[in-house]
Amino acid sequence: MDWQWDFTFEVVLPRLWEAAGVTVYATVMSFLFALLGGLILMLLKTSRFRLVSFVAGEVIEFIRATPLLVQIFFLFFVLPQFGILLPPLTTGILAISIYNSALTAEVYRAGLQSVPRGQWEAAKALNIPTHRVYQRIIIPQSLPPIIPALGNYLVAIFKETPLLSFVAVGEIMHASKLIGSQYYRFTEAVTIAGIFFLVLSLISAVGIRAVERYVNKRILH
Amino acid sequence: MTDPKIRFEKVTKRYGALVVLDQLQFEVAEGEVVTIIGPSGSGKTTVLRVLMTLEPIQDGIIWVGGEPLNKMWSGDRLVPASEAHIRSVRSRIGMVFQNFNLFPHMTALENCIEAPVQSLKLPKSEAVERAVELLEMVGLDDKRSHYPSQLSGGQQQRVAIARALAMRPKIILFDEPTSALDPEMVGEVLTVIRELASAHSYTILLVTHQMGFAREISNRVCFFDQGRIVEQGEPGRLFESPRNERLKLFLSKILQA
Ligand SMILES: Nc1ncnc2c1ncn2[C@@H]1O[C@H](COP(=O)(O)OP(=O)(O)OP(=O)(O)O)[C@@H](O)[C@H]1O
Ligand SMILES: [Mg+2]
Repeated sequence: MDWQWDFTFEVVLPRLWEAAGVTVYATVMSFLFALLGGLILMLLKTSRFRLVSFVAGEVIEFIRATPLLVQIFFLFFVLPQFGILLPPLTTGILAISIYNSALTAEVYRAGLQSVPRGQWEAAKALNIPTHRVYQRIIIPQSLPPIIPALGNYLVAIFKETPLLSFVAVGEIMHASKLIGSQYYRFTEAVTIAGIFFLVLSLISAVGIRAVERYVNKRILH
Repeated sequence: MTDPKIRFEKVTKRYGALVVLDQLQFEVAEGEVVTIIGPSGSGKTTVLRVLMTLEPIQDGIIWVGGEPLNKMWSGDRLVPASEAHIRSVRSRIGMVFQNFNLFPHMTALENCIEAPVQSLKLPKSEAVERAVELLEMVGLDDKRSHYPSQLSGGQQQRVAIARALAMRPKIILFDEPTSALDPEMVGEVLTVIRELASAHSYTILLVTHQMGFAREISNRVCFFDQGRIVEQGEPGRLFESPRNERLKLFLSKILQA
């Protein structure tokens, strides 16, 4: 195999190092917004107002039924037509956040529903105020199923960020492609980008397992 | 006679087209221990659940200590009860469930102080003091820092009783409190209920299939069938000389089992 170490150390690593920062930044921001967005969508979907919950349900379905890449292109080309000019990275983070909000909304809903009805009934029989029931009884018990599911979405988002290369966001995949076309050498850059994804995914998986174990120990005993 | 502690006035409960309580008339006096028996699906659990406001009723009025539960006074008219009104009347009632429904992420002690702190707004130290007394009363003082998963079924149900008592209810509802227990643990739970019944300070409504126990502790036994009380009376009389055919059939089946 034709692998050039000089080229790797002098050109590839420095440029990918910078781009890796963009990937991590896009991942973390998208994840945080998706956590928040999913919460909002879930609350809207379980709203008492039929119209609100109907619209939220349809929006979630729509988001889940279209490919993320289409949504990225859509925001990238359509927002400017409405006079909304955002940097590509911001647009990309927005698209990934919205897409994953529809998925985390479902995680929250399933988590809350996994708490047995008897818990609600016992709390009501004890006259505990509703917001306290959520805070002290329902939410803590819904965390064990929610946390690993959210962790999976963190890794999924991380692996979705290369899609941003299609709209010229300078993340790691985009940087690899640029190096490739500039020097007519793809092997080093693409391999290192792959290793980068592999290593960080593995580290995240270990981290998620640790959080999961901690939560289970605190809550389930 | 004073006002009954609990009064069902033509209470109807339906699930869709299924009528579960059919214009039920039912009264329990203060300090009375009443056992409800009857075949499966006759509406026994439903009586307790509507009284605990876990289920709405479609028609009629439930009175608790002379106050309407599902309605409230507006001048001299009864209007649908507000959430605040329901909360205030409900605070006089405690319930013990068939499968305990303890909070699994809290210790026995935490289970018993949660509602007093969150609902009655008791200072924590006072709630702890009361909870410790109650756990002592049910014989679980040494288990206060155990989680439900670390307790046997009988112990869990005794914690659940202590938890209900911590709210100082006047009325306690028991829905088949020993049905989910292994036979060797039934006794310890019945002992606690027996003690509460003999204290005469609680009005108790009990659903059970333990006829011997019903007979021993009840002032009155009500036989439910298809959402109505078909026969009721003092336990000795009811068990020895039942009049209603369906009650006779029910008792013969139970005694055979
Ligand atoms: N949530 C519900 N939705 C629809 N039907 C219900 C519901 N809860 C109870 N029922 C029906 O209402 C009827 C009375 O139920 P209930 O639980 O009061 O019976 P029960 O006398 O306690 O019986 P068991 O001895 O089996 O506990 C049954 O036919 C039951 O199927
Ligand atoms: Mg029942």
